[in-house]
Amino acid sequence: MTFNKKTLACCVAAAAATSLMASNAQAQMSDDEVRIGYLADMSGTYRDLAGPGGLTAMEMAVEDFGGSVNGAPIVISSADDRNSADVGANTVRGWIDEDNVDMVGGLVASSVSIAVSNVIEENDGLAIVSGSAASSITNEHCTPNHIHWVYDTYPLANGTAKAVVDQGGDSWFMLTADYAFGHALEADVTSVVEANGGEIVGGVRHPFPTNDFSSYILQAQGSGAKIVGLANAGSDTVNAITTASQFGLTQSGQQLAGLLIFLNDVHALGLEATQNLLLTTGWYWDMDDQSREWAERYYAEEERMPTMVQAGIYSSTMHYLKAVEAAGTDDPETVRAQMAEMPIDDFFARNGRIREDGRMIHDMYLAQVKTPEESTGEWDLYEILSTIPAEEAYRPLSESQCELVQN
Amino acid sequence: MTMIFGVPLAVFLGQLTLGLVNGAFYALLSLGLAVIFGLLKIVNFAHGAQYMLGAFAALLGFRYLGINYWLALVLVPLVVGAFGMLMERFLLRRIAHLDHLYGLLLTFGLALIFEGTLVNIFGVSGARYTAPEALQGGMNLGFMFLPVYRGWVLVAALAMCLFTWFMIERTRLGAYLRAGTENSQLMQAFGVNVPLLITLTYGFGVGLAAFAGVLAAPLYPVSPTMGSSLLIVVFAVVVIGGMGSILGAIITGLSMGIIEGLTKVYYPEAANTVIFLVMILVLLLRPSGLFGKEA
Amino acid sequence: MTQSQHEAIAAPSMVVERQRRAKQRRTMFYLALIAIGLVAPFLAYPVFLMKILCFALFACAFNLLLGYAGLLSFGHAAFLASGGYVTGYLLASYPGLTPEVGIIAGTFSATLLGILFGVLSIRRQGIYFAMVTLALAQLMFFVYIQAPFTGGEDGLHGVPRGELLGFIDLSNNVAMYYFVFAIFLFGFALIQRAVHSPFGQVLKAIRENEPRAVSLGYNVDAYKLLAFVLSAAIAGLAGSTKTVVFQLASLTDAHWHMSGEVILMTLLGGVGTLLGPVMGASLVVSLQHILAQSPLGNWVSVILGIIFVVCVLSFRSGIVGELGKMYRKNFK
Repeated sequence: MTFNKKTLACCVAAAAATSLMASNAQAQMSDDEVRIGYLADMSGTYRDLAGPGGLTAMEMAVEDFGGSVNGAPIVISSADDRNSADVGANTVRGWIDEDNVDMVGGLVASSVSIAVSNVIEENDGLAIVSGSAASSITNEHCTPNHIHWVYDTYPLANGTAKAVVDQGGDSWFMLTADYAFGHALEADVTSVVEANGGEIVGGVRHPFPTNDFSSYILQAQGSGAKIVGLANAGSDTVNAITTASQFGLTQSGQQLAGLLIFLNDVHALGLEATQNLLLTTGWYWDMDDQSREWAERYYAEEERMPTMVQAGIYSSTMHYLKAVEAAGTDDPETVRAQMAEMPIDDFFARNGRIREDGRMIHDMYLAQVKTPEESTGEWDLYEILSTIPAEEAYRPLSESQCELVQN
Repeated sequence: MTMIFGVPLAVFLGQLTLGLVNGAFYALLSLGLAVIFGLLKIVNFAHGAQYMLGAFAALLGFRYLGINYWLALVLVPLVVGAFGMLMERFLLRRIAHLDHLYGLLLTFGLALIFEGTLVNIFGVSGARYTAPEALQGGMNLGFMFLPVYRGWVLVAALAMCLFTWFMIERTRLGAYLRAGTENSQLMQAFGVNVPLLITLTYGFGVGLAAFAGVLAAPLYPVSPTMGSSLLIVVFAVVVIGGMGSILGAIITGLSMGIIEGLTKVYYPEAANTVIFLVMILVLLLRPSGLFGKEA
Repeated sequence: MTQSQHEAIAAPSMVVERQRRAKQRRTMFYLALIAIGLVAPFLAYPVFLMKILCFALFACAFNLLLGYAGLLSFGHAAFLASGGYVTGYLLASYPGLTPEVGIIAGTFSATLLGILFGVLSIRRQGIYFAMVTLALAQLMFFVYIQAPFTGGEDGLHGVPRGELLGFIDLSNNVAMYYFVFAIFLFGFALIQRAVHSPFGQVLKAIRENEPRAVSLGYNVDAYKLLAFVLSAAIAGLAGSTKTVVFQLASLTDAHWHMSGEVILMTLLGGVGTLLGPVMGASLVVSLQHILAQSPLGNWVSVILGIIFVVCVLSFRSGIVGELGKMYRKNFK
């Protein structure tokens, strides 16, 4: 703890040390160990998306790597950010100033990820964001010090919207959470739908968060649109889907398009309520042998199938460690460059590479939720319909507002 | 088509109905708060958590003991209510002689404990509780498609409200209770076991919250945090109505549901805030609430 | 109460002497605390200390209301957050502004909000007051989510610490610490002054017996409103400072859990004691810090709940209050 650790002498030096750290930490492992911090929501809304399971995945990666890099042991510290930007930023600041943490992983709530990436940039550290949805993390909030791994809203909204319109769902009603995130998602979807010949016939902006969606579902039913797009997240999406099934939305010929919905949500909602929902995912545990093999190992530890975020945490940690090994140092700048040089091809990511804006692009998948009849087990939830190639899935660099991208 | 304020009549009626369903929940919960407040003079901050416990008890009872919905509707309020009585007997009673603010703080702490514990055991994704066969499906009311279950919620909640009103206003036990509210020392002197009356009252109020929880279980994902956000809205409803009368709590609850429902049509962005705005208005014009006696 | 009764009975010269000595002791005590505060950044991690100071100031502001006016506000998070958001927004969008201007603006906005809340809530007492403030704060929470300048769920990021008065670089943690410490001392002294002034005496009279205060001719509502606004302003000051330190403002500060936490800090340290909230804030913040990185991390809210229950049931004077009792029992 902070009260007693430091002697007076070392603290006087601390202020000076921070500025020196960047320049002279070359070529060796700082303090002879590679220390990784795992920061995530361990007890709140996003607990099931990453949470303790993400820590397990990270520990699996360290164990599979052999526990040390070039003789330096790998140590994991973990903390709960309680979905609070200042708790998260403070924890990371403490990790860097006091414990010499070399890389911070996990990172779920977008507010926490943005706050942490600011701290990391200031201190010339390295962070890998795995759980956040906001595409702004590698757009207007990009830094040379962090990488966004698993997914973001751009492929989720675009992949799903395009596929839905292609299947004939050309009139949309948007159910949008009334805050910046929902507005951005709505705008993304609108442009994709219109570009593909579809039409937005109506919409309603609901307050965030909303518990009872019945009124909005009723409005959606009255709109006559073929598709009801859910431009919201988390419990709002879950509530909206539940209510839609109670009101027989799908029976009356309309279809839901979930833009931000994860395996744990579908599992919690049940197939009865979610069947036939179209969604885009970065990974699915049952998509091929490699994935199944890893997922079974994870299942043995956690008794739940991993979400794409948890798988992504394994994948990103592994890639980081490989880069540290190849570079022969844990100096963040060198490792970041090394990571970008090595292509990523593992059970999680196909055709993966890290762009200069920090976005790790890889193949994404269009999936459909199975019907209760089709499903053969508790976790047999998705059917993968098609692959969206990495280069098409993510926001093209030509549209980027990131300062690191030369346009 | 007939239009009401620029909205087709059918839509208007549909939203009115849905607002009434939500209002029924507000009514049940603010009624429970009012009953407890009447005798104990404390605001039960754990009310949201107890509502959540009701939903969880129904879910777990079904999952592990095979207790069906109808049985749960009777058993869960009794069990959670009994649990509430233990809370009153062993915790709240110890601070009954102090400033009533301590009661609020104690129940707030208990709410944190209940919620936090369940989050750790069950996570936060929320679980599904399926409505019984007989209440599934929907009915066509001519102006809208109303899921049968929501209709049932409205009927059941109103019936429970009326039952409570009858119990308190028309029975001997209720007369004791009202008298105890006015002057508990005098009641004690007349030989009424006031401490027992207090315990029973708290249990009853908690039971009402649990009953609302069971009703809500098939509607919303059952999650540990389902009660806390609802509670703040119910507080606002209570401030609007004032805690003077049983009937006042019921009427305020229902009308706030309707106002919220209509806001969702005319100005959805304000749906979360409209009740608080009404509260501000009431505070300015009638500080003790619509039905409140001067506090 | 008891002390003043004793004093009234004792001979006048003894009273003067005792008061002088008590005052001397108090001055020594505060000087010692200030000395500790001055060397602290060399003994512990400054950012952590700054967090403690911000929350301590917040808790002191809250305590002014609960401890001295007897009003339990369950909506103080709104002031913390509005101070933070306004400061953050101004500093982030107008790079020319110096941090002290941002902090003054943030404090000012919290003061305005305090007047608004105060006018609405002050007419209700006790439990109603708590519920009204809670509901008003919840209203503000929804406003902050939807308002374009707060960044909604993502929060407001990249607030520059800037240069104090245009020449002291605050990006240095130690310099920042002394600035925060100075703000804290200012806030604390203000509260100390208010409490020991005639104004504070009237507040205590209202807390003990409002009808009597009314019959003595005091305009009770005006006094309560003034206390409320002062408390809101200092809470806003804490929020503004916090935003400059952490360079961000987020919805966590506006959530009603924050209003609950500040109650816990005050209760744990000691309601109605000057140092109690400082002690309580240090303990709660440290506890959260330790728990977050331990295997018990998931149980933070349960543990806070348990502390709440224990405090209410058997520890109502809080740590400083109990220590004070012990001191009086054994040394007087």
